[in-house]
Amino acid sequence: MEWEIVIGLEIHAQLATKSKIFSGASTAYGAEPNTQACAIDLGMPGVLPVLNKEAVRMAAKFGLAVGAKVSNRSLFERKNYFYPDLPKGYQISQFELPIVEGGQLEIQVEGEDARVIAITRAHLEEDAGKSLHEDFQGSTGVDLNRAGTPLLEIVSEPDLRSAKEAVAYMKKIHSLVQYLEICDGNMQEGSFRCDANVSIRPMGQEKLGTRSEIKNLNSFRFVERAINFEVERQIDVIEGGGKVVQETRLYDSDKDETRSMRSKEEAFDYRYFPDPDLLPIELDEAYIEAVRITLPELPDEKKARFMAELGLAEYEAGVLTASRELADYFEEAAKIAGGDAKRTANWVMGDLLGALNKAGKGIADSPVSAALLGGMLQRINDNTISGKIAKQVFECMWNGEGDADSVIKAKGLKQVTDSGAIEIIIDEIIANNPGQVEQYRSGKDKLFGFFVGQVMKASQGKANPAQVNELLKQKLA
Amino acid sequence: MSVDRSDITKVARLARLKIDEADVPQYVDNLSNILGLVEQMSAVNTDDVVPMAHPLDAAQRLRADEVSDTNQRDKFQALAPQVESGLYLVPKVIE
Amino acid sequence: MHTKTISQLSAVLRSGEVSSVELTSLFLDRIKQHNLALNCFISITEAQALEAAAAADQRLKAGNAAPLTGVPIAHKDIFCTEGVKTTCGSKMLDNFIAPYESTCTAKFRDAGAVMLGKTNMDEFAMGSSNETSYFGAVKNPWDQGRVPGGSSGGSVSAVAARLAPAATGTDTGGSIRQPAALCGLTGLKPTYGRVSRFGMIAFASSLDQAGPVTYSAEDAALMMNVMAGFDERDSTSVAREVPDYSANLENGIEGLKIGLPKEYFGEGLDGNIARVIDAAIKEYEALGAVVKEISLPNTGLAVPTYYVVAPAECSTNLSRFDGVRFGHRCDDPQDLFDLYTRSRGEGFGLEVKRRIMIGTYVLSAGYYDAYYLKAQKIRRLISDDFRAAFEKVDVIMGPTTPSTAFKLGEKADDPVTMYLSDIYTIAVNMAGLPAASIPAGFVDGLPVGLQVIGNYFDESRLLNVAHKYQQATDWHLQVPKEFQ
Repeated sequence: MEWEIVIGLEIHAQLATKSKIFSGASTAYGAEPNTQACAIDLGMPGVLPVLNKEAVRMAAKFGLAVGAKVSNRSLFERKNYFYPDLPKGYQISQFELPIVEGGQLEIQVEGEDARVIAITRAHLEEDAGKSLHEDFQGSTGVDLNRAGTPLLEIVSEPDLRSAKEAVAYMKKIHSLVQYLEICDGNMQEGSFRCDANVSIRPMGQEKLGTRSEIKNLNSFRFVERAINFEVERQIDVIEGGGKVVQETRLYDSDKDETRSMRSKEEAFDYRYFPDPDLLPIELDEAYIEAVRITLPELPDEKKARFMAELGLAEYEAGVLTASRELADYFEEAAKIAGGDAKRTANWVMGDLLGALNKAGKGIADSPVSAALLGGMLQRINDNTISGKIAKQVFECMWNGEGDADSVIKAKGLKQVTDSGAIEIIIDEIIANNPGQVEQYRSGKDKLFGFFVGQVMKASQGKANPAQVNELLKQKLA
Repeated sequence: MSVDRSDITKVARLARLKIDEADVPQYVDNLSNILGLVEQMSAVNTDDVVPMAHPLDAAQRLRADEVSDTNQRDKFQALAPQVESGLYLVPKVIE
Repeated sequence: MHTKTISQLSAVLRSGEVSSVELTSLFLDRIKQHNLALNCFISITEAQALEAAAAADQRLKAGNAAPLTGVPIAHKDIFCTEGVKTTCGSKMLDNFIAPYESTCTAKFRDAGAVMLGKTNMDEFAMGSSNETSYFGAVKNPWDQGRVPGGSSGGSVSAVAARLAPAATGTDTGGSIRQPAALCGLTGLKPTYGRVSRFGMIAFASSLDQAGPVTYSAEDAALMMNVMAGFDERDSTSVAREVPDYSANLENGIEGLKIGLPKEYFGEGLDGNIARVIDAAIKEYEALGAVVKEISLPNTGLAVPTYYVVAPAECSTNLSRFDGVRFGHRCDDPQDLFDLYTRSRGEGFGLEVKRRIMIGTYVLSAGYYDAYYLKAQKIRRLISDDFRAAFEKVDVIMGPTTPSTAFKLGEKADDPVTMYLSDIYTIAVNMAGLPAASIPAGFVDGLPVGLQVIGNYFDESRLLNVAHKYQQATDWHLQVPKEFQ
């Protein structure tokens, strides 16, 4: 039987506020346990939540960026359950009336057509603390520093049809929240993570299959592997005559498998109801418009502009706009370089990203800044150096030997464009290789490359290649 | 509306309350009576009534995003039954 | 000296006739003398009180004293007081030394008032008789075989016995007004949002409101001048200017329109109480007020609705008491579930467990619409009744309670009967309105309270209306014999 895979993602993005969503404690990552958990985060008796303005603004910004409706009125509700990392015994979340409703996003898996994925909603909630299971004499330790960190939970429709699509969608959101500067996107630190709802159904069937929810996936690789494992597992279950049970599963990255979380002793009954300590969030049109004008150019808009204005191909524009930092880098370099933006694109996507990848660095930590790269490309455009020499210059800049001009000067890499000087080299090579000259003149055209190579070698690569071609043709004629 | 033993057990479990087996009949009785009182609500037609969650028709006030709380771990953990290395301890949690 | 109102004590302190240390010592002595019998204090903060009194004396000498500087008062043990045990009447918090100060008590502290101690209360404010306290029942100073009412029973008993000249209380369904009525005091529940709830341990967040317990309306105004006001740490606090509550006390009440809800005078009201209330209304007419019968048709639904809304809110408010970060923890928990269920099972008393279970039940899957949502809709209807009434009248009057103080143990085993003793007070909390109970007479030697309900934020008028009555009568100045 052919199976169709149905996936919906619930992405949790920690909002990049300085303080918590309902308290004045810091959200900074990595502090000593419980040093950033104030009385409110600890759920001490009598304390009360007050909502962080920035968290609201960031949620609205996200909503506008995905073309969603930012609600004029939304509510906080309590989601009740007992767990050590949930100090109040309830999580303040949004249920009936979320701050963002609807919206959509276009994704593209390489080699496939672009698809539009609908977003159901995005709502504000507080993060929980962390349980540390290392052994404390058979106990679990609880660190509540993360408790109360603002989260935007972005829920997609079950529109995704493969693990690859799920990854593409998650990457797109990941890029978007960073463009919007509402989330640092740091997946290692848990700032951006997701739960995946996965089910399968016979191809062509409308009714959805029973889904399982895979919790807490914090890398793109894990999302892909966990979904693929889960799909295979479900197919095996059904084809083996069994039934998929609705349950929560954990992905174990060491074993590359999902496993059922210790079966809950009771069905979840969260007893949602409006939090009486908080009033409805009311946002008027003026507020929403004021947020709208702060929206930066979004990835898709940028991509379209790079294609239209800078003449980049769709693929190049896509790669270069995948992150705001990369796009900004490229634009700055291209502006300084002048001339053909395609050359800048090639350098950024080729040499720069290659080097960064090899060094395990991100664009933000690039030893070659956009200004440095742009400066070097300018020297290619004005014929000071050739593309080939530029590779050498790039390496020097990477190693911290200064900007292109000082490297060119220090190493004497300036291109020779004086035809007299080139002619002298050519004459010498013709004189030293009478046999090859003879063969060339008798019709062995292939040897032309040999002469070019000799000239470049003799000039240490500095002779202007176009001039060399021109002059060689004349002299060998 | 009356409740039975199994309702009491279920609700006590959901609310994480240990109830002595011997007290269950009393809870059955009390809760049934209270729900009987509450039942009077059903006599009223509320079809077009907007629910009122709060006495004041006000909107949530927003606070500036500022870090205003400093570390008071020692003070707070002095109240805790069991801590180690700055962590609150609970019996081992198995996921 | 111990029977003086706080307005009088304020004057005496200023004149230098007594110092705050002397006054504080006097009340501390009285507390030590009578607390064993009345059980109205859970904690007596003698050392802190004397220290605060000495500081107040300095302030009085320096001439920068506020009206309550040096005046001793008591706080209900529901308010977190930094460095002082704050139990909320529960075993759960028997070991809880609050690490912060509630906004309300901080305001009194900053005004120079001296805290004598923390008063007994029904556990987590759930009760109408003060019998649910882990620290034992409180006695009514008028008859120690009877309850003082609840949940602010300790505060009220202490003030009625003149162990403190004033106290704070909280009112979720009548917890200030009902005990004030049963003990012959003036109690005010302000408009929801008028007094900050920060640091006040929550029972039902959308209903809880702190207020004063005093001899007179004049004193209540002095207390309100300190307590009331916006607090940025409470999202439900109202950013609205606080008037000088003492300013309008003397205004005439000629032409005041008093509404008498017929539902408050029907079946279930003790005939003797009805006569006392009638006499009080006559007194108002003599003062120039105009009386008008009104109807609050959904009055009967207030108690049923309340017993959905309040338990629902409390069931989740009390989830934080889980034996992990503070409060009672059971011995040797076997696993996490055992830790939760035993810590909570042992830490909470019967009534609290009952309400948590009711709340959990009404919120649980399948029942939400039938109970919680329905209750919220009826809450609207109850509230609309009042809105309509206040278009016709200035204040609403009636009995605070259907009977006088009942005997200890009389209703303890029957929650529903107990709940119905709040039948006239609960609707006010559902609507969020301000209301006062003022002493209006006696039946068989037991005090009777007149309830005066005002429109939103109309506390000034309520106090004015109460004060004019208290100028014409002396019910509020009666002191139980043993405590004179």
